[in-house]
Amino acid sequence: MDVRDDVTELLAGFSLFADLSSAERERVAHTFKEAWFAEGERILRQGISGGSAFYVILEGSAGIRVDGVERWSLKPGEFFGEISSLLGEVAVADIMALTPLRCLVLEGDQLESFLVSHPKVMYRVLQGEARKVRNTTQWQN
Amino acid sequence: MAELSEEPFPPGRYELIVVGSGPGALQLTYCLTRLGLDHAVISDDPAPGGMFRRWPIFQRMLSWTKPYAGFEHRSREYERFDWNSLACDEEEHRAVMAEVMDGTSYFPSRPEMERGLVIFAERAGLQVRYGCRWESTGREGQDFILGTSDGEYRAPLLVFAVGVAEPWKPSTPGLEDAAHYGDLRPVETYADRRVFIIGKQNSGFEIATGLLPVARQIVLASPSPTKLSVNTRSLVGVRARYVQPYEDSVLAGGVVILDASIESVEPAGAAFRVTTRNAHDGSALVFEVDDVIAATGFVAPLRDLPELGVATFGHSRLPAQTPFWRSATVPGIYFAGTLTQGSLGLRKHGIPSNSGAVQGYRYNARVLARHLAQTRFNRDLERPRLGTDQVIPLLLAEVSRGPELWHQRSYLARVLTIDAEQGLGDEGVLPLAHFVDDDRGPDGVAIALESNGRDEPYPAVYIRRANKVSEHLLPSHPLLDFEGAGYVSELAAQLGELLSPSLSRPVP
Repeated sequence: MDVRDDVTELLAGFSLFADLSSAERERVAHTFKEAWFAEGERILRQGISGGSAFYVILEGSAGIRVDGVERWSLKPGEFFGEISSLLGEVAVADIMALTPLRCLVLEGDQLESFLVSHPKVMYRVLQGEARKVRNTTQWQN
Repeated sequence: MAELSEEPFPPGRYELIVVGSGPGALQLTYCLTRLGLDHAVISDDPAPGGMFRRWPIFQRMLSWTKPYAGFEHRSREYERFDWNSLACDEEEHRAVMAEVMDGTSYFPSRPEMERGLVIFAERAGLQVRYGCRWESTGREGQDFILGTSDGEYRAPLLVFAVGVAEPWKPSTPGLEDAAHYGDLRPVETYADRRVFIIGKQNSGFEIATGLLPVARQIVLASPSPTKLSVNTRSLVGVRARYVQPYEDSVLAGGVVILDASIESVEPAGAAFRVTTRNAHDGSALVFEVDDVIAATGFVAPLRDLPELGVATFGHSRLPAQTPFWRSATVPGIYFAGTLTQGSLGLRKHGIPSNSGAVQGYRYNARVLARHLAQTRFNRDLERPRLGTDQVIPLLLAEVSRGPELWHQRSYLARVLTIDAEQGLGDEGVLPLAHFVDDDRGPDGVAIALESNGRDEPYPAVYIRRANKVSEHLLPSHPLLDFEGAGYVSELAAQLGELLSPSLSRPVP
């Protein structure tokens, strides 16, 4: 396993994985890798290719920055990187570590098969996307 | 104490202390010494070599040194084909491994690798206090305090190059009684036995390859599917040398490769009963075997550093690091050698750096030594000035033949910057993440070699103007030659404004 032993326990507290059994969460933990970023470090870079991966925050918080403007922040249990992973395009925003940040990582080319085999997680991701569309609409207004 | 005083670096205060004597530590102390930076090196081992004093278990490296590569062994370009020698400035000390190997394989044997490191340390005159065990770490004011078997050391800067070689097993019930990779018995003792190997990475496949001629049955199991390096086009996955068990499995010769978690290992008379759960459908499958070997990886032996605040991540407990390999949470503590995997870089297309291997981290050490010289020792290092006509040939030559860029793709880059006073300057090799993420850096250009896991490698150019970085990918080339007219004109078009006379000044 590429993640630490405490990950399965952490996943149990996240709504993204709330519909899974503990055995399923254990298997999900094996699917991901783990990454750690220093405060101020960039995880995704707007306009830079090849950064596609799906990240779930385990500890810390991350900021979404578009064209140099801070737009939103993300906390443990929330995710990012799904847009460039699903569309196969360059990142549409910078994602910065606002604090020391620990994440789970799934490579972009594995996201489709992961979501298809975990439809309950896919539904939760869709809910997250809906919130992001709502927030974006609020920025524009 | 008389004996202690004859050894270099007696206990006391130093500006910088390096811990370790494997290739990572040797490369760093070589680079620090070349820059004239005062430092001490201590190691628990009795001689140079680090993990290569013991491993790989089947006594041959995975990394090659190609004897005939079309470049002189003492040239910088040859380093692209020599993954095992430490890098150095003096021609006479280069390509030590090509000299040491007996020519029967382009993968050096473990003893050859160890001998090469000993020879390098001797020829370069590297000083290490051997037999000095780091036991504890503390802090007092600006200084860190290292408790060692020889006494107390103090320094405001520490670099740990202690490898990732401490055996680790997961907390699976019963696994505590299984052998680890490092406990493997002589091969002949596995004759006609059923062997269950937990782990499907290189160490598991290395053992399976070694036992193929003798074992009756071999099972390799872990939850994640096996990847092969020839498919990922990177060091991710099982290397080609160890693919034979995979072929044996698909041709049904007696090897079983399973995507399953290990639920328990129980004694069953003189044998073991291993219960597995399929990673895809959750079904259980029980194996009765004669031997269980945990090829479940290694962790970084960081002792009490986490208690000092050093953040770690992943099952290897790698220290989290900045692009210049400083602990992300404890300023003053740096890392070298294979531990530098903890500085992730851009990981473009999910491909990690090669910092876990000699051919990658030998260059990290050189960059780190220069960074420490500039930022912690207040040294003003040479920044060669360039005329605009030198820029394109230099960048294309570096991405075609520069060993740093070849071995550390999307991770290290050749960087040129524009100084308002002095014009164009060559910053040398720097972490790509540092260039791309520096919002307040000077205008400039960085070139890196990149791979996307599907196609041939290609050059990537990053241009920073007015605090904004743009990316420009050049096409790949079937012969990996990026110096042709097409590349010159394409790079010239991209660098046009940056190289205009109003922005840069030619060398007087």
